[in-house]
Amino acid sequence: MRILLIEDDKEAAAYLCKALREAGHVPDHAVDGEAGAELASEGGYDILVVDRMLPKRDGLLIIEELRLQGDDTPTLILSALGQVDDRVKGLRAGGDDYLAKPYAFSELLARVEALGRRRKPDEAETTYQVGELYLDRLAHTVTRADKPVSLQPREFRLLEFLMKNAGQVVTRTMLLENVWDYHFDPQTNVIDVHISRLRAKIDKGFGEPLLHTVRGAGYMIRDSAR
Amino acid sequence: MTALGKVVRTTAFKLSAIYIAVFSIFSVFFVVYISYTANQLLGEQLQETIAAEIFGLADHYRSRGLTGLVEAIDQRSYQPGASLYLITDVSGRILAGNVSRVPPTLLDSSGATPLTVPYERYAGDDDNRVAMVQVIRLPGGFRMLVGRDISEREQFREIIGRALSWALALMIGLALLSWFFVSRRVLKRIESLSATSRRIMTGDLSGRLEITGTGDEFDRLAENLNAMLDRIEHLLYGLKDVSDNIAHDLKTPLTRMRNRVEVTLASPQSTEAYRNALEMTIEESDQLIKTFNALLMIARIEAGSQDSAMNDVEAGAVVRDVGDLYEPAAEEKGIKLLVEEREPVTLKANRELLAQALANLVDNALKYALPSDAEADAGRVVISANREGGDLVLIVADNGPGVPEVERERVLQRFVRLEESRSQPGSGLGLSLAAAVARLHHGSIELGEGNPGLVVTLRLPIDQPKP
Repeated sequence: MRILLIEDDKEAAAYLCKALREAGHVPDHAVDGEAGAELASEGGYDILVVDRMLPKRDGLLIIEELRLQGDDTPTLILSALGQVDDRVKGLRAGGDDYLAKPYAFSELLARVEALGRRRKPDEAETTYQVGELYLDRLAHTVTRADKPVSLQPREFRLLEFLMKNAGQVVTRTMLLENVWDYHFDPQTNVIDVHISRLRAKIDKGFGEPLLHTVRGAGYMIRDSAR
Repeated sequence: MTALGKVVRTTAFKLSAIYIAVFSIFSVFFVVYISYTANQLLGEQLQETIAAEIFGLADHYRSRGLTGLVEAIDQRSYQPGASLYLITDVSGRILAGNVSRVPPTLLDSSGATPLTVPYERYAGDDDNRVAMVQVIRLPGGFRMLVGRDISEREQFREIIGRALSWALALMIGLALLSWFFVSRRVLKRIESLSATSRRIMTGDLSGRLEITGTGDEFDRLAENLNAMLDRIEHLLYGLKDVSDNIAHDLKTPLTRMRNRVEVTLASPQSTEAYRNALEMTIEESDQLIKTFNALLMIARIEAGSQDSAMNDVEAGAVVRDVGDLYEPAAEEKGIKLLVEEREPVTLKANRELLAQALANLVDNALKYALPSDAEADAGRVVISANREGGDLVLIVADNGPGVPEVERERVLQRFVRLEESRSQPGSGLGLSLAAAVARLHHGSIELGEGNPGLVVTLRLPIDQPKP
């Protein structure tokens, strides 16, 4: 994906660009608000990663201007302000996701890739398939190797989100945000326990496991046979 | 700034100046009005007297002619307190009367209203006498003058004028004097307040403003400022506590992290060992970030309640969410997590913060619900949401060892962890965050005895007072 990173911390930006390149993306870097707005309005980017506080032009302003011009490139806001209200402000300005500094690169990468996927019209999809695992969003049924798997409503939503982002890392905070709609950071491993329950239902007793733990990042559902 | 300029700029001076000006204008107006009215009244009386005299003399003239008139005037002239009379012939020779000299042109004039003129009672009189006179023309070129001496009235006017000036001078003098004392007193008090403030500003936060005990506005001001200083001092000590705690609770893991990296770098290692060390470093820095975030969050919650987004929140939904989130984790530990909700309660709240506060409490409860030596499945944690009067009451209760009564107030503070819990993971910020969230919602947090266990009660008013 072509990613535009607007970030005034040059060292952090250089590190991010390098890491994004290693993950197979094509990042561009703008060092201040004006240069960033110019590059962004030229278009051609799949994702914008915008720092909130920038010299010359505020990050939120750049996003608002782009949205006014009808540009709806998925945008991830980076900010040192992590409070709930700041997040709401960021999303209201037209941002699609919000990540508070300091963040783990794995978190940023997972969110950028999830945003990249969001562009594709997948809301219309009513079924997800990963290997021999099927999820029917309308009938609320899950089968693996044609055997029905019985899930609690919350487990269903967890699996739904994981399968929507199949092949991509989903972090714990992304799960908390999308499945529970909370943005705080649970102190202990509550999400892990939910995952291991889910794993017991969809992987236990079947051949190849589909739900993988990505160390230091989160989880991924993936058909390893392919 | 000159000393005079400094005095002129004081509020006391400005106020006194305004008072003096208003007083003076009022008194001048008052005195002028009184003297004018008195003058007017006296003038009218004089005119009436003169008119009556003329009327009486006219009677004499009608009945006995000029001779009768002269006789009557001669007779009247030398009575005590007599009016002024004068009769002259065509050539201006005086025939009778008690006036020796009037301005020469006066006798040629005549009018309906009396005139005010200087005159002499006798030749060589130099008393500067003034009279109000009326001149009547008689047939044959004779003139008659009737009048009253008004020197007395002029003296009266002078006395009033002098009294006015004295009164004004006295008033201004008194005002200046009172200004001097009042402003000196006020300035002294203000100067003492400023001096104390300056001392406090230079760092002596224990200093307090003097209260004289008179209960005047300065005392009230000083009391309020002292209360403010108490609050600031309290906050500052809180801050100092926090920074001491930060020094300890953030420096310790930072040191540990640094040491690990140092040891790893000290001698060549296998790739696997490097990898492990780096992973541990990330894990520890994540923990540090969490602690730091929690600290910032508490600080921001405590700093401002205004900018926090408050929406209608269904308390039961938040309680169920948190229960749902922690249920698997509880089960894994062999603890039963129960959610009780008797009736739905909706209140204006910050859903995220409320959930986070509850999550912290449940997290704590799960950590301590089960004594390490207890049998499996003995742990129990109950989360409940109820309405009690005008309050939403959220309770998180466990059946663990509880918190000794003497420690309950203390564990609400930042970073305070009881000795027994040092081995458990956690930052020591969970309860303080919950307490901050309770305060944000104008509510309270209370730690109680569960016999056994700890009962944490969050009490939030459903109708929040307007800030």
